[in-house]
Amino acid sequence: MSINATPTGADVAADETSEATGQRATVPTQRGGRRKPPLSENKKAERRLGLLLCAPAALVMIAVTAYPIIYSVWLSLQRFDLRFPDQREFIGLENYVTVLTNEFWWTAFGVTTLITVVTVAVELVLGMGLAIIMHRTLVGRGLVRTSALIPYGIVTVVAAFSWRYAWTPGTGYLADLFSDGAPLTERASSLAIIMLAEIWKTTPFMALLLMAGLALVPEDLLKAASTDGATAWQKFTKVMLPVMKPAILVALLFRTLDAFRVFDNIFVLTAGGNETSSVSMLAYNNLIRGLNLGIGSTMSVLIFITVAIIAFVFVKLFGTAAPGSDDGERR
Amino acid sequence: MADIVLDKVSKSFPDGTVAVQDVDLEIADGEFVILVGPSGCGKSTTLNMIAGLEDISSGELRIAGQRVNDKAPRDRDIAMVFQSYALYPNMTVRENMAFPLRLAKLDKETIDRKVDEAAKVLELTSLLDRKPANLSGGQRQRVAMGRAIVRQPKAFLMDEPLSNLDAKLRVQMRTVVSRLQKQLGTTTVYVTHDQTEAMTLGDRVVIMRGGAVQQVGPPQELYDHPKNLFVAGFIGSPSMNFLHAAVQDGELHTALGKVPIGDRVRRELEAADAPRELILGIRPEHFEDAELVDDDTRRRGMEFEAPVDIVESMGSDKYVYFTVEGEKASAAELEELAADAGAADFAGAGGNLVTRLSAESPVAEGQTRRVWFNLEKIHLFDPANGRNLTLHEGRAAGALAD
Repeated sequence: MSINATPTGADVAADETSEATGQRATVPTQRGGRRKPPLSENKKAERRLGLLLCAPAALVMIAVTAYPIIYSVWLSLQRFDLRFPDQREFIGLENYVTVLTNEFWWTAFGVTTLITVVTVAVELVLGMGLAIIMHRTLVGRGLVRTSALIPYGIVTVVAAFSWRYAWTPGTGYLADLFSDGAPLTERASSLAIIMLAEIWKTTPFMALLLMAGLALVPEDLLKAASTDGATAWQKFTKVMLPVMKPAILVALLFRTLDAFRVFDNIFVLTAGGNETSSVSMLAYNNLIRGLNLGIGSTMSVLIFITVAIIAFVFVKLFGTAAPGSDDGERR
Repeated sequence: MADIVLDKVSKSFPDGTVAVQDVDLEIADGEFVILVGPSGCGKSTTLNMIAGLEDISSGELRIAGQRVNDKAPRDRDIAMVFQSYALYPNMTVRENMAFPLRLAKLDKETIDRKVDEAAKVLELTSLLDRKPANLSGGQRQRVAMGRAIVRQPKAFLMDEPLSNLDAKLRVQMRTVVSRLQKQLGTTTVYVTHDQTEAMTLGDRVVIMRGGAVQQVGPPQELYDHPKNLFVAGFIGSPSMNFLHAAVQDGELHTALGKVPIGDRVRRELEAADAPRELILGIRPEHFEDAELVDDDTRRRGMEFEAPVDIVESMGSDKYVYFTVEGEKASAAELEELAADAGAADFAGAGGNLVTRLSAESPVAEGQTRRVWFNLEKIHLFDPANGRNLTLHEGRAAGALAD
């Protein structure tokens, strides 16, 4: 039982990395296909050495990511419930039809999308503010930065438990302060609390990524904007934001992918009760609790596909081009 | 267009360092003034204070007669050009140049017209739709200039605008800047660390050292009549030769021989606190191959013999380096100048005399050559405070003056 669960469980964690490698792998082949300069002996030897040096890492990646992914795709094409092992058979895409016509899946999908959109948007705004504060602080810079990063340093499950206790009537001050009943027993307030916990936890991460972007804005550019007649707000919107665009996109991409796979906070705060399940939560319930490897794997694969689409859209549509290049060429 | 007045302007930082000290400067309407000095002399800080990018600690800054100490940069109506050009990377050349106009909320037609005009002046018309990343250094520099001129501001402030260009282009752009300034007649303050740029560009040059103004004047005046050792050493390329000179029996004992002194300098030296040791300064072009000097000229100077170290033929004339014995001139100013030139720890440059002789001189390396120098062009400096003792009412008259 547990043997079967391990590789399939691992793919949820692995899909992010495999996604990244997939991207990287396609780029050189595309380039190579476009123009073929004649290679000298020296260049060939260099290329061979490069491939050899990459090989160990590539092999490890295949072992820990490619295999689980392929295995879970294989599982998703079967009727495979550990409670009824005798009924195991290959059924093609039937599992996908089952999941995609199921209202629980779409409710979870809606919840996940809502959490993703709201948390990432709020985190972007708060993170930007925090990044500017950290960037501009002159005294006690280390202290300010460290304290801003504390939420991100706390283990998610631990943080989630403190939020749960804080919102539970009797044990928590927040519940007594802000509501009469038990907020974690109603759908709307539960979702709000889940999003609050997420935002509290990962805003520092966003801020950190954005701060790196802020450091990319040359001081002279802001000075030039000042003498050109820009107000503080105009400097921010017309000079800083465009220059920071690549950093912002990277931060958004990271956070969107993370947020879409939200699990820990929901698991601890509501355990998916009152229709607050995310897709990851639903996959977990089917796979680990329900022991339905077929349906669970199908959900995992669907999450993987969604995440891949999100990444693709970010990279392709918005482009990670550095500002200033005319043709929006990649990197 | 406007005049700019700095009235005892100072800048000190919270940690106590004083970057700029009591700078008094009146820049007339339409004037081209250069702030020059070694790095850390406060020239850029002064410029930033005029721009409003740094606060003024004390003193008053007036643009067009109006106190602007507390005005934000955008309310001062000045345009600035940066060494890094500071072009907005996400905007095209046209958008870069239109940016200040768009912020000023001009209508689109006016903006287009002004940008096109400025682009024409700077020959940027064909580049208007490019992004800065696809321009060469010289083109970027011109865009930065264009962004400054489209607004017709009260003043241009330029912070080492040509320093990032290669040598040939820098010389070319120098004339462009100069011509543009004359055409527009806009008051311009230009910061540079390059004394050649300072000499060639400005109506007046302000030489700064350690946050204080050393001397203000037209380039030629600074060159001919330096107020002190620092100015004398900073202006001119190759720079002035400095020799140790001991006052003895009404003469100066130097490595070039005994130099006679005139009545005026003698009177200076008779004062009770007058120094016994001086620094003698003489520019390379005031030397000449003794063979080539006619008798009339010969009388105004004196001669010496020294071994030739290196000959650099420039075509139009020859730079000849002589090895002279004797004590080295030493003063705080000279050390600072050497440090700025990066030669502080390079002893190989010491003990040599740089001369600029006519191209006809048959001088060759290794031989000992007889050289004449002009006593009327000698400067004498007090090593303690760097003051030029040969300066009388702002005019240097050489060692022999009566």
